[in-house]
Amino acid sequence: MQTEIIIAGFGGQGVLFAGQVLAYAAMDGGLHVTWIPSYGPEMRGGTANCTVIIGDEEIGAPLVKHPKAVIALNLPSLDKYEPLVAEGGALLVNSSLIDHQVARADVRVVYVPANEIAERLGDKRLTNMVMVGALLAATGALDMQVVKSALKAHLPAKHHKLLPANYDALDEGAQIAREALAQAV
Amino acid sequence: MAKELLKGNNAMAEAAIRAGCEAYFGYPITPQTELLEHMAARMPELGRAFVQAESEVAAINMVYGTACTGKRVMTSSSSPGVSLMTEGLSYIAGTEVPMVLIDVMRGGPGLGNIAPAQGDYNQMVRGGGHGDYKSIVLAPASVQEAIDLTVLAFDLAEKYRAIAVVLADGSLGQMMEPAELPEMQPLRKGTPDWAITGEPGRPRRLLTSIYLQPEAEETTNIRLQRRWLDVEANEVRYQETYLDDADIALVAFGTAGRVALSAVRQARAEGIKVGLFRPISLSPFPVAQIRQLASRVRSLLVVEMNAGQMLDDVKLAAQGACPVEFYGRMGGVVPLPDEVLAEILRVSTHPTADLNGHTRAAWLDRLEAGRGGN
Amino acid sequence: MLTTDIQNAKVVYERPEGFTDLTTHYCPGCTHGTAHRLVAETLDEMGLREHSIGVASVGCSVFSYNYFDMDFVQAAHGRAPAMATGIKRVFPDRAVFTYQGDGDLASIGMAEIMHAAGRGENITVIFINNAIYGMTGGQMAPTTLPGMKTTSSPNGRDVETQGYPLRMAEILATLDAVSYSVRRSLHDPANIRKAKKAIRTAFEAQRRGLGFSMVELLSSCPTNWGMTPLDSLAFIEQKMVPAFPLGDYKVVDAVKSMKMKEG
Repeated sequence: MQTEIIIAGFGGQGVLFAGQVLAYAAMDGGLHVTWIPSYGPEMRGGTANCTVIIGDEEIGAPLVKHPKAVIALNLPSLDKYEPLVAEGGALLVNSSLIDHQVARADVRVVYVPANEIAERLGDKRLTNMVMVGALLAATGALDMQVVKSALKAHLPAKHHKLLPANYDALDEGAQIAREALAQAV
Repeated sequence: MAKELLKGNNAMAEAAIRAGCEAYFGYPITPQTELLEHMAARMPELGRAFVQAESEVAAINMVYGTACTGKRVMTSSSSPGVSLMTEGLSYIAGTEVPMVLIDVMRGGPGLGNIAPAQGDYNQMVRGGGHGDYKSIVLAPASVQEAIDLTVLAFDLAEKYRAIAVVLADGSLGQMMEPAELPEMQPLRKGTPDWAITGEPGRPRRLLTSIYLQPEAEETTNIRLQRRWLDVEANEVRYQETYLDDADIALVAFGTAGRVALSAVRQARAEGIKVGLFRPISLSPFPVAQIRQLASRVRSLLVVEMNAGQMLDDVKLAAQGACPVEFYGRMGGVVPLPDEVLAEILRVSTHPTADLNGHTRAAWLDRLEAGRGGN
Repeated sequence: MLTTDIQNAKVVYERPEGFTDLTTHYCPGCTHGTAHRLVAETLDEMGLREHSIGVASVGCSVFSYNYFDMDFVQAAHGRAPAMATGIKRVFPDRAVFTYQGDGDLASIGMAEIMHAAGRGENITVIFINNAIYGMTGGQMAPTTLPGMKTTSSPNGRDVETQGYPLRMAEILATLDAVSYSVRRSLHDPANIRKAKKAIRTAFEAQRRGLGFSMVELLSSCPTNWGMTPLDSLAFIEQKMVPAFPLGDYKVVDAVKSMKMKEG
């Protein structure tokens, strides 16, 4: 059993870090995990993405064609990955920056106004954590408490004052996903 | 030590440090640059040598200098940079001094790109530089294995006074996985009895790769070849997965081996009896094991991120005992498990009868058809 | 009858301890032998012979390691300064030197010499400039004089298509990390004595950790120049010295103020 997650957005939206948080949490939770970024010219301000694969046995391919979940932080990312999400998979859309509706009916879609929520929580850099929270609720890939513990364990001590806001961001994202998916059922 | 989430490049660098690497010389090139950067930060704080050389040519010759002193030394690069190093590699092999090279392969030929590839198989396994020499080539498929093989590379290089290569690729270099680093080894005291050290009170020592008399050069070659027989006898490494009852065996190394593993699992879920043979030592190549495998499966399917460089070695090893099929992606394209699964399904339903069939031509036809308008 | 008083004879000239017992392969009249001797004598006098590591290059001096009685390695063509870097960085207390010709140092090895000097590697470079490729049989070198005939400039070096000679002592002197960059000549005893003093200074600079030092030595190649040994010495004096002026191109204050026992 494995879950493949692609997180995609502009450079600077915390794409790679969001993936690392998931990877740390998976490791701390005793699971197998790989994290692999798109690298090279793309990292100089263009689009960035990373693939995180979490599984209960040794991970094979580090890249997959049809991920079980995608976080799209901007429109180019949605355009690229909407067709690729696995059937029945989860598509988390940052509706603060994306005003498109997802056309596919065979995936579970959650629209998250992540930028607005982050700014309301006092730091727009929390956008990625709002989306991660939504992902956790939509997929059950990892336990929320494990992710919070991983943040605390692996964030350098000098940033620990930011932890409460990060926890709030995760919770708010999760709440939105739960409500959206409950409505959809 | 506990597991940490480690990036391949940093993990290999730290593994080298903990294996007692006393000097590192390198030049920046994507996708291995984090390895150089890790060394730049760590080596000076440990009082060990680090130089960012003016070129890969200079870097490998700095390595050559330190290698002659018998101290543990390494460099790292990526495909075009390794091409530049091949002159020095031949000299180092001809001088019979140990060193470690980490090659984080990228797409080629030429400047190519920085995406993961396996196009350096021939360059590393078949020598690369001029003359008759062989390097030990180890191909990791995970961050943990990259760590373990880096440590092993230092031991083997010393044991056989040879070049030991860790042949990784861009995805392994850039990937993060949970892995465990070894304990820090104490630096070895003393130097080997052949080392150039400028030590007083003993006869002078000389290290060179020049033997102007052909008979003397032949003597050196005989010594190198004899030593290689020992390497072949002792250092073959590989991993077998789901092969016990397999009708089809995939043969793939490094990242291609991981992709193949995913495809094999999917095929098994569909009831196809398929397994994976993953060579870990590409040189020495597991010839006897593949020969034996070829005699008990219906087909071998080689999967690579190149145009079939290892394919030739698999065919030689199989000695016609079964058809050898091929699927590869080139130029930095990493094959996806679905593509490999499709190949497994094809081989399982339409096995090739002709042992000498036009594998490459057939593969190129399928590849081009599969790429559509790309 | 002429008698010699062996008992009271004074040795005024002998084989340096730094030499092996081999006879060199160099051509009659070639000044490589002179340069070798100056290096060996200097290391003897400084007590460094058993603490030295030499790096031989590619060219006629490829076999120089046979003649020096000390640890030696043999570099690839042009790469001696890189190899010396790799040795010196792990054995900083050894006297590490390269011995390179003009094709090796100023053509194929230009990047390695410039960057070793630019880093201030604490090594000594003995640079033999005889304006020609000797080992391969007399081709044009980066130091070949304008108009000079070689087997690859049979009508004389044409500066329009083949450019001008490179003056390495001057070029290296422009680099911040160089402690000592000078040119001397081996065409007569007075100049040979000056050359030896420069070699001594260069190794002293290294011993004191002052950084990169190089001595360029104008040398003869009677065979490939097509001259008698005597004519070739005259050629150095009359043709090469004007094109490659002798002198100190860089001597940092720390080197100037070194107190040396006279060798």
